[in-house]
Amino acid sequence: MELLYDERIDGEIADVDKSALMAAILAVAPQLTLLDREEDLRPFECDGLSAYRVLPMLVAMPATLAEVEALMRVCYEHAVPVVTRGAGTGLSGGALPLEKGVLLVMSRFNKILSVDADARIARVQPGVRNLAISEAAAPYGLYYAPDPSSQIACSIGGNVAENAGGVHCLKYGLTVHNVLSVDIVTIEGERMTLGGESLDTPGYDLLALFMGSEGMLGVITEVTVRLLPKPEVAKVLMACFDDVELAGKAVGDIIAAGCIPGGLEMMDNLAIRAAEDFIHAGYPVEAQAILLCELDGVEADVQADCERVRDLLEAAGATQIQLARDDAERQLFWAGRKAAFPAVGRMSPDYYCIDGTIPRRELPRVLKGINDLSAHYGLRVANVFHAGDGNLHPLILFDANQPGELEATEALGGKILELCVEAGGSITGEHGVGREKLNQMCTQFAADEITLFHAVKSAFDERRLLNPGKNIPTLARCAEFGAMHVHHGELPHPELPRF
Amino acid sequence: MTHLQDQQPAYTAPGEAGPDAPVAPATGSDDSEALCEQVTRAHAERATLRIVGGDTKAFYGRRVDTTQSLSTTGHHGIVHYDPVELVATARAGTRLRDLERALADNGQRLAFEPPYFGDDATVGGMVAAGLSGPRRPWVGAVRDFVLGVRVITSEGKLLRFGGEVMKNVAGYDLSRLMVGAQGTLGVLTEVSFKVLPLPQASACLRLELPLPDALDRLAAWGREPLPITGAAHDGEALHIRLEGGEGSVSATRQRLGGELDEPLFWSQLRELRLPFFDGAFANAADRTLWRLSLPALARTPALDGDWLIDWGGAQRWLQSPTGSGAEGHHDIAIREAAIAAGGHATRITPVDDENSPFTPLPPVLAKYHRQLKQRLDPQGIFNPGRLYADW
Ligand SMILES: Cc1cc2nc3c(=O)[nH]c(=O)nc-3n(C[C@H](O)[C@H](O)[C@H](O)COP(=O)(O)OP(=O)(O)OC[C@H]3O[C@@H](n4cnc5c(N)ncnc54)[C@H](O)[C@@H]3O)c2cc1C
Repeated sequence: MELLYDERIDGEIADVDKSALMAAILAVAPQLTLLDREEDLRPFECDGLSAYRVLPMLVAMPATLAEVEALMRVCYEHAVPVVTRGAGTGLSGGALPLEKGVLLVMSRFNKILSVDADARIARVQPGVRNLAISEAAAPYGLYYAPDPSSQIACSIGGNVAENAGGVHCLKYGLTVHNVLSVDIVTIEGERMTLGGESLDTPGYDLLALFMGSEGMLGVITEVTVRLLPKPEVAKVLMACFDDVELAGKAVGDIIAAGCIPGGLEMMDNLAIRAAEDFIHAGYPVEAQAILLCELDGVEADVQADCERVRDLLEAAGATQIQLARDDAERQLFWAGRKAAFPAVGRMSPDYYCIDGTIPRRELPRVLKGINDLSAHYGLRVANVFHAGDGNLHPLILFDANQPGELEATEALGGKILELCVEAGGSITGEHGVGREKLNQMCTQFAADEITLFHAVKSAFDERRLLNPGKNIPTLARCAEFGAMHVHHGELPHPELPRF
Repeated sequence: MTHLQDQQPAYTAPGEAGPDAPVAPATGSDDSEALCEQVTRAHAERATLRIVGGDTKAFYGRRVDTTQSLSTTGHHGIVHYDPVELVATARAGTRLRDLERALADNGQRLAFEPPYFGDDATVGGMVAAGLSGPRRPWVGAVRDFVLGVRVITSEGKLLRFGGEVMKNVAGYDLSRLMVGAQGTLGVLTEVSFKVLPLPQASACLRLELPLPDALDRLAAWGREPLPITGAAHDGEALHIRLEGGEGSVSATRQRLGGELDEPLFWSQLRELRLPFFDGAFANAADRTLWRLSLPALARTPALDGDWLIDWGGAQRWLQSPTGSGAEGHHDIAIREAAIAAGGHATRITPVDDENSPFTPLPPVLAKYHRQLKQRLDPQGIFNPGRLYADW
């Protein structure tokens, strides 16, 4: 299976003597927790993409900054690769260990260092859970806006490393829009701060560069986030459609009317039925699509916006429009959406989540394409969609115990992503490339672009020790697996240099 | 009250035309091949290039001594603009005012309110300079609205990063890295922006208050979801701009009090054309203009000179008596005071010397800046020394 590290095309990794390495680490960081027995390593063998598992050579669980620095220095000297792990909820194998590498687990960095209500910022360690930040800010009427569905579990360090999004990103932005600064320990064990409490810093915007860099450029050891005041009111409209295309068009109509909802989500029939069966959110199981549209702000504006949006939805052909009666029903409507992945998981032994983005206008064509592909591969696909910002999450239902189904699922997933690229979109909106989408990177980017990505990487990690074999494919991999390259209408180059 | 749906979008093809129809007819002129050729030649000849857009922000940064200049103004025009998608893509040499006019015709805008500093300001220069206007703390900076770029590398290759979609985490975010890089990492040829609808209502207020009281009030208001999109203090009064729905703007206006003020204040502030700035530009010999970027609630550093506060306290303009020598004691004191307050200081009044107007970087950061420049532009073709003397 091409998902596991392949030294032939992903680059060679030197062998090291594990006990010598452990001794060298403990010599400079005697208190550092190191795990190396198989039963201790087992819990760390995969992240949220659990079909792929590798036991790391060693797990390190530092509790202090000095331990992180010491560990990095030793690994750098010994040329041992380091894979950083937050909460391990990533869906692209970004935290998949290497059997010849150290897995650096940041879960002990779990303190909220300060919440400054007047400045509306929170300083936290990277292992703090996303939701814990909003909980700590709640007494001040503040919250941290990006809300990935995994927010009860995922860490803020992992959010930064993936530039995570959530259902409220259309209005409130992604992680990149809500983080003021991060502290980094480099592969050479140096400390640096990117960004700051001022709104800009001199030099390049390295803070933006590190957002979504998947642990490839440095280890995040502290994060300062911006907090927002909680909106006075939030209301949710649920609109049902008997045609997915009409629902897609309604999304465009709302935005064209100058309205930016707090959240604008769409689910198709299979996803609706799965969620309803699981959460009993009151979704209409016969609808072909539902839209959830949250409008938030001050009372007067929200009232006016609700009426406007209701009119637009009606004009767009909604068969039924329902305003959540109270906050409890609003939470329930969202609970169904936020539990969509596990809900679909209950319908099938396994499911595989895809994360493509497209310009919204392409939605009808892409959904039709997904339907056709689903029929061709004989695998059911449920669609969950951050409709406001064009981020599709088709969920492929399969059974890994049926011979060939995992492979067919991967092939179908790859085709869906290629469809997104053709439509002018991207192979990943929020889950990252990780190990999973390396081959599709060759679809989205030309060889020269990939070469420039490697140039950026080498500016921070010349020896390729931070999370090697993730995020950016080698040109050798693209030559071997790169699908027809549709970017700029160019074809793949068979004569690509290999390294 | 006009809503967008009443207006005829100028650039969108009819929705019925199907997904393959061009969303916006390209206008202007595509000069990218010639630009690539010039860079390729410069690379081969080991020449250096000063990248020039409208040349309106040349004052911002170190002077660049190069063998040639590369002008982007022949490469202009809006490539795509689809109001429904909230995305506009323009060539780098497009005049900023042409882009903003097209957006305004469709009831939309660049929400980060970029300063022009001259009618000829280009889209590429605006992004390369990375300057945002008074709305920045509430709405975001240039980089927050850049979705994708096309860029010419030092080897003369035209590459694309990011795109026209709202979310994209494939590969490193090179689009945002280009913002504020002052053309030292590549020549921007095209930029895609997220654009936003114009607010339904707005109001400008003036409240006579001393600065410390103003900062206290801003801190308290900041904890509520008020539609504030501008807060500046000119030494006498706090100026507030409200933008949002009709209901929230009128309710907030009642609550905050003060007198109604002219919207002109905000465009003059953005362009550094308020009377406060005249003093600095008219007496450049003995007055120096500094920009201090600080945590919004920081105490005003004890420095000689006059202050004008923008960004709710996060951007502070200081007109100080010019120190002796190129980077005299006074200048060093200003930088140190800014760092001590948790931010940094930029000298805006140009001085003909070797020193960068920007605050020097701490050693580890400086190392990685140099390495990044070295990897992306090994020969140092683009705007050498524009940000800092040694690269
Ligand atoms: C049910 C479910 C729903 C989800 N919903 C969403 C969603 O709505 N939106 C969304 O964006 N994502 C979603 N995800 C994906 C995932 O939760 C996010 O990508 C999250 O940001 C990962 O955080 P983590 O702490 O689990 O990171 P991990 O999985 O541990 O790591 C992810 C990546 O970050 C790197 N990393 C982690 N910590 C650090 C650090 N301190 N320094 C440097 N690099 C680091 C790792 O090396 C790896 O490359 C979902 C996942 C699940 C399982």
